[in-house]
Amino acid sequence: MTESLTPKVQQHETACSRALAAGKAPSFQDIILTLSDYWARQGCVILQPYDTEVGAGTLHPATTLRALGPKEWRAAYVQPSRRPKDGRYGQNPNRLGHYYQYQVILKPNPPNLQELYLYSLYEIGIDPTLHDIRFVEDDWENPTVGAWGLGWEIWCDGMEVSQFTYFQQVGGLDCKPVSGELTYGLERLAMYVQGVQNVYDLDFNGQGVSYGDVFLENERQQSVFNFEESDPAMLKRWFEDAERMCTHLREKNLALPAFDWALKCSHLFNLLDARGVVSPTERQSYIARVREQAKGCAVLWAQSQSPAQEVAH
Amino acid sequence: MPQFLLELFSEEIPARMQKRAAEDLKKLLMDALSKAGFLPTDMASFSAPRRLVAVVEGLPVRTADVREERKGPKLDAPLPAIEGFVRAAGLTNISEARVVSDPKKGDYYVADLVKLGRATAEALTEIIPDLIRNFPWPKSMRWGEGSLRWVRPLHRILAVFDGEVVPCAIDGIVADRISEGHRFHGTGPFAVKNFEDYQDQLAKAHVVLDREHRKALIKAEAQTLCQARNLELIEDEVLLEEVCGLVDEPHVILGDMDPSFLDLPPEVIRLTLRVNQKYFVVRDPKTGGLAPHFIVVSNVKATDGGKLIALGNARVLAARLNDARYFWDLDRKVSLESRVPKLDTLVFHEKLGSVGDKVRRMIELAGEIAPLVGADVAQAQHAALLAKADLTTEMVGEFPELQGVMGRYYQLNEIVLSRPTGEGDPAQQGGGGTPPSVGSVDSSPAPQGSTNNQVIADAIRDHYKPVGPSDSVPSEPVAIAVALADKLDSLTGFFAIGEKPTGSGDPYALRRAALGVIRILRDRCIHFQLTHWVPNHSLFDFILERLRVALRDEGFAPDVLEAAFAIPDDDIVRIVARVAALAKVLKTEDGANLVAGLKRGANILRAEEKKAEWSKDVAVDAALLAAEAEQGLYQGLEVAKAAVTKALGADDYDAAMVALANLRQPVDAFFDTVLINDPNPAIRLNRLALLVDLQNTSEQIADFSKLAG
Repeated sequence: MTESLTPKVQQHETACSRALAAGKAPSFQDIILTLSDYWARQGCVILQPYDTEVGAGTLHPATTLRALGPKEWRAAYVQPSRRPKDGRYGQNPNRLGHYYQYQVILKPNPPNLQELYLYSLYEIGIDPTLHDIRFVEDDWENPTVGAWGLGWEIWCDGMEVSQFTYFQQVGGLDCKPVSGELTYGLERLAMYVQGVQNVYDLDFNGQGVSYGDVFLENERQQSVFNFEESDPAMLKRWFEDAERMCTHLREKNLALPAFDWALKCSHLFNLLDARGVVSPTERQSYIARVREQAKGCAVLWAQSQSPAQEVAH
Repeated sequence: MPQFLLELFSEEIPARMQKRAAEDLKKLLMDALSKAGFLPTDMASFSAPRRLVAVVEGLPVRTADVREERKGPKLDAPLPAIEGFVRAAGLTNISEARVVSDPKKGDYYVADLVKLGRATAEALTEIIPDLIRNFPWPKSMRWGEGSLRWVRPLHRILAVFDGEVVPCAIDGIVADRISEGHRFHGTGPFAVKNFEDYQDQLAKAHVVLDREHRKALIKAEAQTLCQARNLELIEDEVLLEEVCGLVDEPHVILGDMDPSFLDLPPEVIRLTLRVNQKYFVVRDPKTGGLAPHFIVVSNVKATDGGKLIALGNARVLAARLNDARYFWDLDRKVSLESRVPKLDTLVFHEKLGSVGDKVRRMIELAGEIAPLVGADVAQAQHAALLAKADLTTEMVGEFPELQGVMGRYYQLNEIVLSRPTGEGDPAQQGGGGTPPSVGSVDSSPAPQGSTNNQVIADAIRDHYKPVGPSDSVPSEPVAIAVALADKLDSLTGFFAIGEKPTGSGDPYALRRAALGVIRILRDRCIHFQLTHWVPNHSLFDFILERLRVALRDEGFAPDVLEAAFAIPDDDIVRIVARVAALAKVLKTEDGANLVAGLKRGANILRAEEKKAEWSKDVAVDAALLAAEAEQGLYQGLEVAKAAVTKALGADDYDAAMVALANLRQPVDAFFDTVLINDPNPAIRLNRLALLVDLQNTSEQIADFSKLAG
C-alpha cells in the first residue's frame, strides 16, 4: 500500500490551489476540501463525522476500534469535537467548546508517513522552504480508552498545527500492525494560513461567511447550557443508564453499539465536569467507570477482528 | 588503521534524549568492541535530530591468530584414544600431528592448532544488530508491521568499516553506505566512503553534526543579532540544549513583540517565551527590563530571509500573550483571600485531605513556629492562609511553575484593588475589577498598610524556597515560618500515611522538603527542637540522614559524622556545630593524640563491662587517688568538666573541644605511668571510675570510639 512520494510541484487542482492561484488565502472549507481530496488520493476512505458527541477525533470508531486487529485500514474525516469545559461564551479568541479536527489514520503506517503529511501541508499552502516546520516530541495518551502512542506535535513557525502519533496500544492491547494517526487542528491551521488572530474572524467559505457567522451564537448558547442550565441530576441519571446499556451490549458481544454508549458516558461525564458538580474523588471514579466500558468495547472489538489473537484483560 | 563509521538514521529523536543517546551509543559500542577483543584508539559519537553517529578509529582488519599446542596420547595408545584425539583436535588424520619423544614417558602425539583471528567486519556484523536491539531509550516504539523497537521509526543503518559496508540487517533494514541530509535543504540520499567524507557531505547537505558546534552557532548568531539592535541576550543553557536538538542547521531570527505586553509580570513573559515557544528572551540594557523582542531558532533557511517565519512566530506569541493577559486580568478581579475557600475542592492527597485542609494545618504550625523565628504570629498565620490561594488562579493553572510568584503579584494587587482611586504600581494597572469583599480569619486581622502587605506577599512567593540546591533560602521571618510550616506538614503527613521515599522514587519530593528544612534551620541559625515538630521516629531519622549526606557532600569524613551523630540531639544547628568543631579539633596535635587516649580508655572499659560484678555507676573517690598522674587526670577532668559544661551551655562547641583537648597531657601521663590493675581492688575500681568519668565527659561532645585511626 505504500508508494514513494517526492514533493514536487503541485500536480492536482484543489480548492486550496484555486484560492492560492487567485492570490487569496484558502478559506476554512477550502482546507477541509483539500485535505479530503489529498487523503483520498492516498487511498483513504473519506468518512463523515461520527454522529455522537466525542471529545476528540480519535474516539471515532474508525480510529479507536479500527486501530486494533490485523486488517489494513486507511480513513480520513472531519470530526466536530465537543469539550464543554473549554467553552468561553464566544469571548476568547482561541478557545472553543466545539471545534473541528481533521483526522487521518493509516494502518499500517507507511514508511513515508512524515513526507505524506508534509506534502499535505504543502497542498494547503504551507511551503516548507518559507516556513519553519518542526517535529517536537509529544507522547500521546488517552487513558479513557487505554490508548497511548509516541510521536510529535508539528510546529509551523512556533504554532502547533497537528499531532502525529504512532499508536502502540488501544484498550490496553498492542496495536499490530501500528497505525499512524494525524490530527489537524483545523481552526488553528486556518487561522495560521489566513493570518487571523480571532477564530471568529476566519473566512469560512471564501464568499463572505465567517466562522463567527456559523458558530459564535452556538458557542454562546452552548456555554450557557454547559455551565449554567444543564441539569446535573438528570445527567447523572443518564450516565447510569448509558453505563448499564453499554454493559448489557458488551455482554451480548455487540462491540459497536456498546462503544456508542461508552462514548455517551464519556460526554455525559464531560458535561457534569463542566458544570463543576463533580468532586475530585467522584471525578476519579467517573473516569474509571468510563475507562472500564471503553476498554471493554475495544477488547471485544479486537476479539472479533482476530479470534486467534490472545487477548489480555 | 581502519576506521568504523556507524549512523542510525531515524525520524526526529526527542530533543531531550539526544545528548544522552550519543553517550550511550559510545559506551555500548566501546563495551561490545572490548568484549570482542578490540582496543580502539579513539572514538567519538554525535547526535542530531534525525541521527545517532559513532566513529571508531584504530581497529585492526582482523584480530591476530592464536597458536596453541595440544598434547595427545602415546604412540602406542589404543586406537579409540587416538581417534578421539584426532576428532577433538579437529584433525583429519593422525599423520597431521607431530611426534614428540620423551625418554621417560615414551613418544606421544602433539597437534599444532592455530585459532585464526577473526575479521573485524565479521564481529561488527554481530555487534550492530545487538546494539540496536539493546539500546537503552527511555521510551521506545514499534512501527508499521515490524517488531523492532527504536525511539521513533528507524530508516537507515550506515555501517562502513575500512571503506566497506558491514553486511548486517535488522528487521528488514539492510546496512548500507547511504545517508541523507537536512529534511528540507538536503538534496537526497548520498553514498559515504568514510567519516571525513561523511562530515563533508553532511555539511553540504545542511546538517551540523556536532551539537556543541550547533550550540556555538546559535549563541554567536543570537549575540550578533542582539548587538546590532543594542539588545542583550539573556543566556539560557537549558533552552540552548533543547533548541539545538530541534535543528539540523540553526538559523537564528530576531522577532518583534508588541511592547504593550511588557506590563505583564516579566516571569509570565519569560515562561511563555521559553516553555511554550522555546524562544530566547532579550533584555534592554538601558532599562534592565525585558525588551519587546524574542529570538527564535529556525531549522530552515527561508528563501525570503525568514520574514514570514518571524511574522508567524510573532503572531503565535501574541496569541499566547493575549491568553496570558486574559488570565492576568481575570485573576485580578477577585482578591486572593476570597479564593481560599476554593482550596477545599483541590485534592492535596487522597489520605491527607484537600489543599484547604493543608492550609489550615499550615496556619496552626506557622503560628507555633513564628515566635521561634522572630516572626509576628498574626502575620505568619495570614501569610499561611494565603500561601496556596494562587493555585486556584487561571495563570497558575496554565503555568504551575509560577505558583507563589503569582500569589505575590495578586496579593500586592490587593492594595491597588482596595484603594478607591486605583493608584498604584504602574505594572499593576489594567486590572480594573470591582473591589472584592475581603473576609479575614479570626486569628489575623486584615493587613494594615503596604509594608505589612509586602511582607505577606513576599512570604507567599518565598515559602516554596529553597526549591533546589542552587535556590536561596527565605530570609524574612514570616516567610521562614510559612516555609517551615509547609515543609514540615508535608513531611509529617506523608510519613504518617506510609508514603516514604524509596531508592527509586520520591513522588512527593520529600527529600527536597527535608533538605529545605535543614537548609533554612542551618542558614538562618534557628535552634529547633526537631523531635517536637517531628514526632515520627522514622521521619526524624530520615531528616538526620539527609543532613548526614549533605555534610558528607561538603567534605566531612564519615567517621567524624559517625562520632558526632552518635550523641543524641535534635537540634540541626547544634549537630552541625558539633561536626564542625570535632573536625577542627582533630586537625590539631592535641586533639589527634587525645583521641588515642580516649579510645584506649574506652577499650579498657569495654573489657570490664563484660565482667558481671563491675558497675559503671561508681563515683571517683578523691581520697583513693594514689599516683601523681592519677591526681593530675582527676584535677584536669574537674577543670575540663566545668569548662565543657559552660561551653555547651553557650553552644560553643569549639570551646568545648578545646577544653577536652587540654586533657591530652594528663591522659597521656595517666596511661604512661599508672597501672589500672592495682592489687588493691578499691584502687583498681577507683581508677576505672576515673576512666568512666573521662568517657562521660568526652561523650557530651562526641563518641570518640567511632573515629578511625
